[in-house]
Amino acid sequence: MKFSSFYLWLRQKPRIAFFMCLPLILMVVCLIIYPFIYSIFLSMLNKAETKFVGIGNYLFLFKRETFWLVVQQSIFFALVAVFFKALIGLIAAHSINAIPSKGQRKWRGMLLIPWVIPPALSTLGWWWLFEPTYSAINWFLVKISLPAIPWLSETFWARFSIILVNIWVGAPFFLIMYLAALKSIPADLYEAASIDGANYKQKLYYITLPMMKNIISITILFSIIVTFANFDIVRVLTRGGPIDTTHLFATYAFRVGIESGDIPLGAAVSLFMFPILGTLAFIILRSVRKRALEV
Amino acid sequence: MKKANLQRRKFIKGLSATSGYVIASPYVKTAHSAGKLLLGIWDHWIPGANDVLESIIVAWGEKNGVEVKVDFITSIGNKLLLTAQAESRAKTGHDVFSMPTWYCSMFRHRLEPLDDVVEDIIKKHGPLLDSAKFYAHLDGHWRGSPAPTGSFFDSMVSRFDLFKEHAGIDLQTMFPANENRDANLINNWDWDAFLLAAEKLYKAGKPFGATIGATPDSRWLGALFTSYGAELVNKNGEITVDSDEVRQVLEYMSKLTEFMPKSIYAWDDSSNNRWIISGQGSAIFNPASAWAVAKRDNPDIATKLWHHDVPRGPKGRYRSDNSQYWGLWDFAENKSAAKDLLRYMAERPVVDACVKASQGYDIPLIISHFNQNKTWLEASPPDGVLYNYPMKGDEIPVAVGYPAPPEIASQITTQYVIANLTARVTSKGHSFEKAIKWAENELEGVMRG
Repeated sequence: MKFSSFYLWLRQKPRIAFFMCLPLILMVVCLIIYPFIYSIFLSMLNKAETKFVGIGNYLFLFKRETFWLVVQQSIFFALVAVFFKALIGLIAAHSINAIPSKGQRKWRGMLLIPWVIPPALSTLGWWWLFEPTYSAINWFLVKISLPAIPWLSETFWARFSIILVNIWVGAPFFLIMYLAALKSIPADLYEAASIDGANYKQKLYYITLPMMKNIISITILFSIIVTFANFDIVRVLTRGGPIDTTHLFATYAFRVGIESGDIPLGAAVSLFMFPILGTLAFIILRSVRKRALEV
Repeated sequence: MKKANLQRRKFIKGLSATSGYVIASPYVKTAHSAGKLLLGIWDHWIPGANDVLESIIVAWGEKNGVEVKVDFITSIGNKLLLTAQAESRAKTGHDVFSMPTWYCSMFRHRLEPLDDVVEDIIKKHGPLLDSAKFYAHLDGHWRGSPAPTGSFFDSMVSRFDLFKEHAGIDLQTMFPANENRDANLINNWDWDAFLLAAEKLYKAGKPFGATIGATPDSRWLGALFTSYGAELVNKNGEITVDSDEVRQVLEYMSKLTEFMPKSIYAWDDSSNNRWIISGQGSAIFNPASAWAVAKRDNPDIATKLWHHDVPRGPKGRYRSDNSQYWGLWDFAENKSAAKDLLRYMAERPVVDACVKASQGYDIPLIISHFNQNKTWLEASPPDGVLYNYPMKGDEIPVAVGYPAPPEIASQITTQYVIANLTARVTSKGHSFEKAIKWAENELEGVMRG
C-alpha cells in the first residue's frame, strides 16, 4: 500500500522531470556552482589563505597599474577580435550559401578546420610562423626584399598577432552559425522581394539581417565570453609579453595565482570578468527575449 | 553439540600452535616491508639523466625494502608547478616532490621541515652554497633537501673564436681549463669591457643575445642588477628601487641593448640556446645544456664554445643561480623512509653519478661535491669546455631579487619585475623616472601579505 502511494507520487510529471534532470543538476552543482562559490571564497582570503579580507583583494587590484592595463587589453582584444570574427563569418557564410549546395559541403568542411583543431596545437603552428628569431613569415618577407616584422617582440605586432590567431580560430564558429541561420530564412521572402524589385543590398538589410538578428546576438555574446576568457593563444604566443602588453584576464590570473603562488589574488583577477560579462549577457539576452516576444 | 565442542578444541589447539610458531619464528623482511614512497621529480633536459637517477632510487628502495615509484614531471608548460599546486591544495599525491628555485618559499606552509635531514647532510658533507640556502632555509627551517639533479648556474657560454677574431679577447687564456688564472686579465673582465666586446660582435653580425622577457631565463638581469648594487627591495623588505644604482644599471642596459637582437623581448627559455647553436650568436648566459645540444645538433659549433665567468660590476661578480631541492609534503605517508632517501641522495657517489649522467649540467648544492668532481674537467670537445662552468674565481651565485626576503624575492622573480623594468626603458623608451615609478607600484603589489 505504502509502496504504491510512493510510486504514484513518483509518477507525477514534475517529479519525473526533476529526477530526469538530477544528473545534469548534480553536474552543474559540482562542476560550475561549487567551483564558482569556492573561487569567490578564495578571492576573499589573504595571500597565505589564513585570514578573511572581504573585498580587500578587489580594492587592492584597483590600485595596480598592470591590472588596469590588463582590463583595457582584454576589452580591446575581445571587441576587435569578435568584430572581425563576426564580419568574416558573415561574409564567408553568405559566400558559401551562394554556391550550389553540391559544392557547399567541402567548403564548409575546409573552413571549419581552424575551429576543430585544438587551439593550443594550432597556436603552436602560428608560433613557428611568428617565432622571434626564425619566423617563417619573416623568412619569406626577407626573401622578397621586405623588412622582417617583430611579430611578438613589439607591442603593436604582438597584439596584432594574438588577435589574428583568435580570429583565425573563432571565425568558423560564426560561419557555421550564420550559415544555419541563412538556411532557415524562407526562400519565399527573397522571391517576393525580387518581384518587388529589391536589389541585393536591400534584401540583406530588410530580410537577411533582421531574420538573423537573434542568432547574431547570441553568437556575439557567446564569442565575447569565450574571447574575453581566452588563455591558450596568449599563453603559447606571448605569455603576456612584451612588458605585459598582451595579458588578458585569464593569463594574468595564471601569472599572479599559479606562477606567483597568490591564489586569492589570482581568483580575484579572474572573477573580475564576471560582472562585465554578466551585464553584457543580461543586455543581449533581454533584447533577444524582447524580439522573440514581438515575433 | 558434540561436534561444536570438538571444533572449539581443535581451534584452540591450532591457535596455540600458530602463536608458538609466530613467536618462535624470526622476523622475515619482505620486499616492501618499509612501505611505499612516491616521488614527483623534475624531468631532466639531458637524455639519459632520468634513467640513471631512477635506477639509483629503485636500487635504494630494493635494498631498504621500500616500494619506490618515480614520476618524472616536465617543467615545460609549467606542468611541474601545476602538479605541485594541485597536490598542495588536494593534500594528496607524491611524498617527495621537486622544488626548483622558489617552490620551497611558495609551498612553505605545506612542506615538512627537514632540519634534521639537512643538518645531517651538512655535518657529513660540509656546507651548501649561500645562494642555495636563500631559497630553502625559510623562517628558520629547511623546507627542502638538496636535490641531486636540476641545479645549475648561468655561466657565460661564448664563441671563443668570434671573441678572439672580432673583439680581440682570448677567452681560453683569460679563463683557462686549469687553476692558472691571470688575476689582472680577469679583473679587467667587467661589464664595460663586455659592452665594448658586444658592440664589436654586433658589428661583425654575431651579437650577444639574452632574453629581456617574462621568462625564467631573464634571471641574468638579476645577477647584473646585483653586480651594480641595484636592489629593488632591501633585506628589511623596504622598496629601494628608486636609487642611483638602479639608474646606473638601466643606463648600462640602454647601451647594451643597442647591440643585441630586437627579438629578445619575445624570447623564451630555448631561444638563447637556438641563438648560439645555430651559429647566429656569439654569447649567451646558460647552463651546460646549450653545449650538450650543440654537440648533437651542430657539432662544429660545439667545438667553438667556452663556458666562463660573467663580467664584474662595481659591487662584484655575480652569477645567477638556479637551485633545486626535494621537498617532503606534510601529508606524505612515509616520512621516515622519505627522509632516509633524502639523506642518501646527498651521498657523494650518488651526486657524482647524476652529474656525470647530466653531462655536467647539474651543479651540486653541496660545495665539497662540486669542488672535487671531474666531470667538468673531462668534458669535451673542446677540451676544458666546462671547466669553468662550476665557479672557479671570484663569482658569487645569487638569486633574482636578492637581498629582499625570500617571499618577496620570489614574487619579484615570478612576476618578472626586473625584466619588465628594464624593457620599459630599453624597448618602450620610458624615462628612468617613469619606469621606476611603475616598478614601485608593482613592488607594492608583490609585497602584500
